[in-house]
Amino acid sequence: MSRLSDANVAIAKEIIARFPRARSAMIPLLHLAQEQDGHVSNEAMVHIGELLGVTSADVYGTASFYEMFKFEPIGKYCINICTNISCHLVGSWNLLHHAEATLGIKAGSTTTDGMFTLEDVECIAACTEAPAIQVNYRYRYKVTPANFDQLIDDLRSGQVDDEIPPFGKLSRIRQRTTDAWSNKGIQSQGTVDER
Amino acid sequence: MSFVYSAPGQVPTGPQLITGRFDIADGHTFEGYVRTGGYVALRKALASMTPQQVHDEVKTAEIQGRGGAGFLAATKWGFLPAEVHPRYLVVNGDESEPGTYKDRLLMELDPHQLIEGILLASYAINAAQAFLYVRGEMALAQERLAKALNDAYANNIVGRNICGSQFSLDITLTWGAGAYIVGEETALIESLEGQRGMPRLKPPYFPAVKGLYMQPTIVNNVETLANLPAIVNSGGNAFKVLGAPTSTGMRMFSVSGHVNRPGVFEVPNGVTTFRMLFEAPEYCGGVRNGGTVKAFIPGGASAMWFFDEHLDMALDKPTVDKAGSMLGSGAIVVMDQTTDMVAACWRIVRFFARESCGKCTPCREGTTWLEQVLRRILDGQGRSEDIELLFEISESISPGIAWPPIQTTICPLGPSAVSPIASAVRRFRPEFEHYIAHGRPADGIEDVLQPEGVIANV
Repeated sequence: MSRLSDANVAIAKEIIARFPRARSAMIPLLHLAQEQDGHVSNEAMVHIGELLGVTSADVYGTASFYEMFKFEPIGKYCINICTNISCHLVGSWNLLHHAEATLGIKAGSTTTDGMFTLEDVECIAACTEAPAIQVNYRYRYKVTPANFDQLIDDLRSGQVDDEIPPFGKLSRIRQRTTDAWSNKGIQSQGTVDER
Repeated sequence: MSFVYSAPGQVPTGPQLITGRFDIADGHTFEGYVRTGGYVALRKALASMTPQQVHDEVKTAEIQGRGGAGFLAATKWGFLPAEVHPRYLVVNGDESEPGTYKDRLLMELDPHQLIEGILLASYAINAAQAFLYVRGEMALAQERLAKALNDAYANNIVGRNICGSQFSLDITLTWGAGAYIVGEETALIESLEGQRGMPRLKPPYFPAVKGLYMQPTIVNNVETLANLPAIVNSGGNAFKVLGAPTSTGMRMFSVSGHVNRPGVFEVPNGVTTFRMLFEAPEYCGGVRNGGTVKAFIPGGASAMWFFDEHLDMALDKPTVDKAGSMLGSGAIVVMDQTTDMVAACWRIVRFFARESCGKCTPCREGTTWLEQVLRRILDGQGRSEDIELLFEISESISPGIAWPPIQTTICPLGPSAVSPIASAVRRFRPEFEHYIAHGRPADGIEDVLQPEGVIANV
């Protein structure tokens, strides 16, 4: 577990330059660290603090507010089962209990082989496709116990690797800053924070 | 564009203003968007309209914000102080109100339409910088928007001197990391500044005056912006007449829960009734198993619940407001006669307990306490005084337990947790009493939590 790589520092600097103030890049940089290591390491938070000009305590203090950031290694696949009201009404608890039995773990924990972390989560905006789940934030709709087991088999055998990257990788496409950027709105920001 | 009016009792129909590309395989690509009439409104606005004229068309359209509060978009824009720059447009793509499923579709299936809406709004309010804040959990939406923005930049649609005009705009794409409260506009601004997503006090921090970096900022919902190309193309009046005078245009609603065909529908606003949505074959096709509606949530988990006496009400903002609830984010959840009201109430309260940011005591302590009381009832440990206790705690969070709720907190999250209590306990009190007495739901009620019981961690 480490500081951001040189390649990621270059990406980080590009991200920072798209905001009027460096600190606005806090969450994107934390995502970058999690993409690199599978979780947000202490070393990465120190590094992010250096890049943004804030203390590492400030970085951790911000990061810990957000559910998606993990501060220790979790499974290669994070399985989020929605149990909020629309899913609750049509079988999500049954699915969650089935998942716990299939994986041999309780929600909130990770299998001993490091493959799967199971979470019971809040609404993921797939309410008409309930019960809905996400694997590393990729959706599966109207999930039954049977096709949950199939999904686990597919994940174990690597059959869905193309669609579902390891935990930490969100968008596989990055926004790029090119010569077409005007930077008008970024450069004109000059007022002092009044608070 | 054809407009279809409906006679009373008939299911009204209208054009697919913003969902038309959902079924087109390449509708999310730059080529697919341009081929199907994309960026025509942008070129029209830049070539022949002043920013004020774009603002005026949106004002004529009387489009109400689609994020939840339903505030008139043009009026919100009008709150910007004149000549104060820089000013920002912030796009709220943090869709997470339970039951809400529409903004994600708009971002995944028609990202360029949203970008065109952002361009038109930024032009109208004279902003040179927009921030597009997508929910962290929506990986596909992030990918589609990143690709769409890169393509738009490469085609002189976003960036410097757009389409050869004097108008320049940068759109910075970013996303959250898991926090419902960030959907609240001032919390979203905090998050965009790289802080914990805790709401700011209004006043003084009205975003239009003191928003992002304390500069004038407009925060608009994804669906609101997605409508702007249609409004600019056909005119505000053509948009307005699609719906009711008090709820204009077309609007997206997601209907989930105990219906035969849950779905996301774009319907004429203000004229379609709840019954039509639930029963009509072109929509949900009736309650599952031929059952009946016991209760439904008309506008997201924060809303007061409705019951069978509300079925023939039109989805019209002032009508629903007057009846003591809200259309909110267009999230309708149907519960049939087998629904365990204690469990449903608990599940929604648990959501607010988990998502409270912790800034205000009534919310932080109150939602947690409410959840614990409901959980012990479900665990068979309920006490006879628990129902009164639920009301007592609710009173402390939102005095009077009224609608719209009185706030003892900075934002509405805490008071929202009172809605399911007020709705379910008042209406179905005998079910709560039965659960307390017997430790299980009454006969004929589906026990969705069994056999393992409730997950203990909040």
